[in-house]
Amino acid sequence: MTFKSTPDVLLEVDNLHVSFKTFGGEVKAVRGVSFTLREGETLAIVGESGCGKSVTARSMMRLLPEHSASIRQGSIRFKGQELTGLSEKQMRELRGSEISMIFQDAMTALNPTITIGEQIMEGIIRHRKISRAEARKQAIEMLGLVGITSPETRLKQHLHEFSGGMRQRIMIAMAAVCSPSVLIADEPTTALDVTIQAQIIDLFRMLQEKTGVAIIIITHDLGVVANMADRVNVMYAGEIVESGTVDELFRHPQHPYTKGLLASMPRLDTDRSKPLTPIPGTPPDLFAPPRGCAFAARCSNAMEVCGAHAPERTAHSATHSSACWLHDPRAKQVFQPPIASNG
Amino acid sequence: MTRYIVRRFVSMIVTLWLIITITFFLMHAVPGSPFEKDGKGANPTAVQNLMAFYHLDKPLLTQYGLYLKALLSLDLGPSIGHFPDTVNSMIDRGFPVSFQLGMVSIAFAVISGIALGTIAALRHNRLIDYAAMVFAVIGIAVPNFIVATLLIKYVAVDWKLLPVATWGSWKHVILPALALSTGPLALIARMTRANMLEVLTADYIETARAKGLSPATIVIKHALRNAILPVVTLLGALVANVLTGSFVIEKIFAIPGMGKYFVDGINNRDYSLIMGTTVFYSALLVFMMFVVDIAYGLIDPRIKLHKKEG
Ligand SMILES: Nc1ncnc2c1ncn2[C@@H]1O[C@H](COP(=O)(O)OP(=O)(O)OP(=O)(O)O)[C@@H](O)[C@H]1O
Ligand code: SF4
Ligand SMILES: [Mg+2]
Repeated sequence: MTFKSTPDVLLEVDNLHVSFKTFGGEVKAVRGVSFTLREGETLAIVGESGCGKSVTARSMMRLLPEHSASIRQGSIRFKGQELTGLSEKQMRELRGSEISMIFQDAMTALNPTITIGEQIMEGIIRHRKISRAEARKQAIEMLGLVGITSPETRLKQHLHEFSGGMRQRIMIAMAAVCSPSVLIADEPTTALDVTIQAQIIDLFRMLQEKTGVAIIIITHDLGVVANMADRVNVMYAGEIVESGTVDELFRHPQHPYTKGLLASMPRLDTDRSKPLTPIPGTPPDLFAPPRGCAFAARCSNAMEVCGAHAPERTAHSATHSSACWLHDPRAKQVFQPPIASNG
Repeated sequence: MTRYIVRRFVSMIVTLWLIITITFFLMHAVPGSPFEKDGKGANPTAVQNLMAFYHLDKPLLTQYGLYLKALLSLDLGPSIGHFPDTVNSMIDRGFPVSFQLGMVSIAFAVISGIALGTIAALRHNRLIDYAAMVFAVIGIAVPNFIVATLLIKYVAVDWKLLPVATWGSWKHVILPALALSTGPLALIARMTRANMLEVLTADYIETARAKGLSPATIVIKHALRNAILPVVTLLGALVANVLTGSFVIEKIFAIPGMGKYFVDGINNRDYSLIMGTTVFYSALLVFMMFVVDIAYGLIDPRIKLHKKEG
């Protein structure tokens, strides 16, 4: 499948299903997600709150709650190796070394009682066979790289001695210090204000240029997507409803949900830290997802077939596809030309 | 940090002074005197001389002043009931015994309590968890003299594993220390478990997992430290509790510790002995609180910031 000219596929997720056992029943949080991540690229996953972005990300590191969550179906291949079947011990070798994760709120995601130097060094020492002194040197270097001034002294400080933006830089340093191939950032800028957000995005880009790390960025914020990503997956109710390059998605959105998201994209003067609530209505209940298109209840273009049958994926280009009956080749024959887009 | 320590030290001295003052005047407000036992006084001239010797014939305020002055040179005065023994020498003899007993109990309570609480939390809602918590409830509810009695009956009398009472070898320490530690142990176990359960759901634990650290490293390095912080605060009060609680245990096991002198002092209206033991224990307690505060600041780096601002 891969051509000589295209970079190698790092991560290949195929038909992933993840469920949670709860008192109310089984929550089908991720329902048939497929995508690939190639070396050195940035892939964004966008969608409303609760659509399964974080669950998808955590599945790739197998960091889901052991007792309640299970990968029901599908495969996750990393550099050709199937991750779903690996033991916890084998996964620990990959975590932080090959695949790293950056969490939303560095204030709670870093340990308040351990120096930040120790928190960075422990990852290096865990994965690379080097001395403490050498690990310290690497930690200092990394802190300098992410823009912390006088890293030698900062190394000995604790979390509360840093500002919000600094904390997120430290978090990034910690995740990147073992030079992983994949960096998963789950809403890394949501907790920050706009100017700091821009700095953090620049930092990601610089890091990628320097190390060639592939990044999966999860966000509510289409502005972040436009600034950072090469390709985008739009998720809705546990499924990817549209995927394409940033250009394709912003210029030629196909799925009604994507169009709705774009239409409600915040301007510069609005608060980006708030989740988007773009389209009237709420996502479906994931205990019993609808039989047909999950978006049907909120879609102004919904047709009869939408409620009865789930739409299949239609390709618009080699890189662009969406799952909507409007674009299904068969639909054009059966129905009248669909109502024009609502975008 | 230095400013904070100095301030805490000053407030420690003030607290002590208040305790001394209140105890002094309360003690003298209680009717009766050391030389009027059983209602019939001794030879009036002898009593006069004795009163003069102990300065008891002077006005109360003068006595108070004299006491404070002696105290500054750490002189707790002669015992009234055990003349010519001084209170200092009685503490010298009794305290090491009580201290040894107390420290063994606390060490045992802290180590086992933290271990038990941690294991219970890691096995949340499993059999070990339930068993540990049932034990903890019993440990808190049952007074230590009952535990002591049971231990003596079974371990010492029936099974003859350890000596019944008195003091001497390490074997004599075990039963009273066990009896004394059940309460604190149970308390520490409960607290550790509750904190641990909370800490284990913290975001930074997930971060640690995302780094590929082993479960053991995560629990010991990232979780335990934060989970036992509140236990450290409790420690000052627990130590005080164990040391004062040891009066009863010392009595049951016939251990020649401080408890014996304290009880004697009260029975005999031995003013200097009552004052001496009270001052000594208060100083110990207040000092323990001080040490715990400093220790807390060392374990939890966030504390320093608060104090600097304050
Ligand atoms: N531990 C859990 N137990 C039960 N259900 C869960 C659990 N974690 C997530 N879910 C469910 O899975 C679904 C997807 O959650 P997820 O956290 O992936 O959403 P998200 O897209 O990351 O949202 P957000 O933007 O708010 O972070 C949600 O509907 C949620 O109810
Ligand atoms: S499949 Fe139907 S309901 Fe779903 S998005 Fe397309 S038009 Fe709307
Ligand atoms: Mg999320």
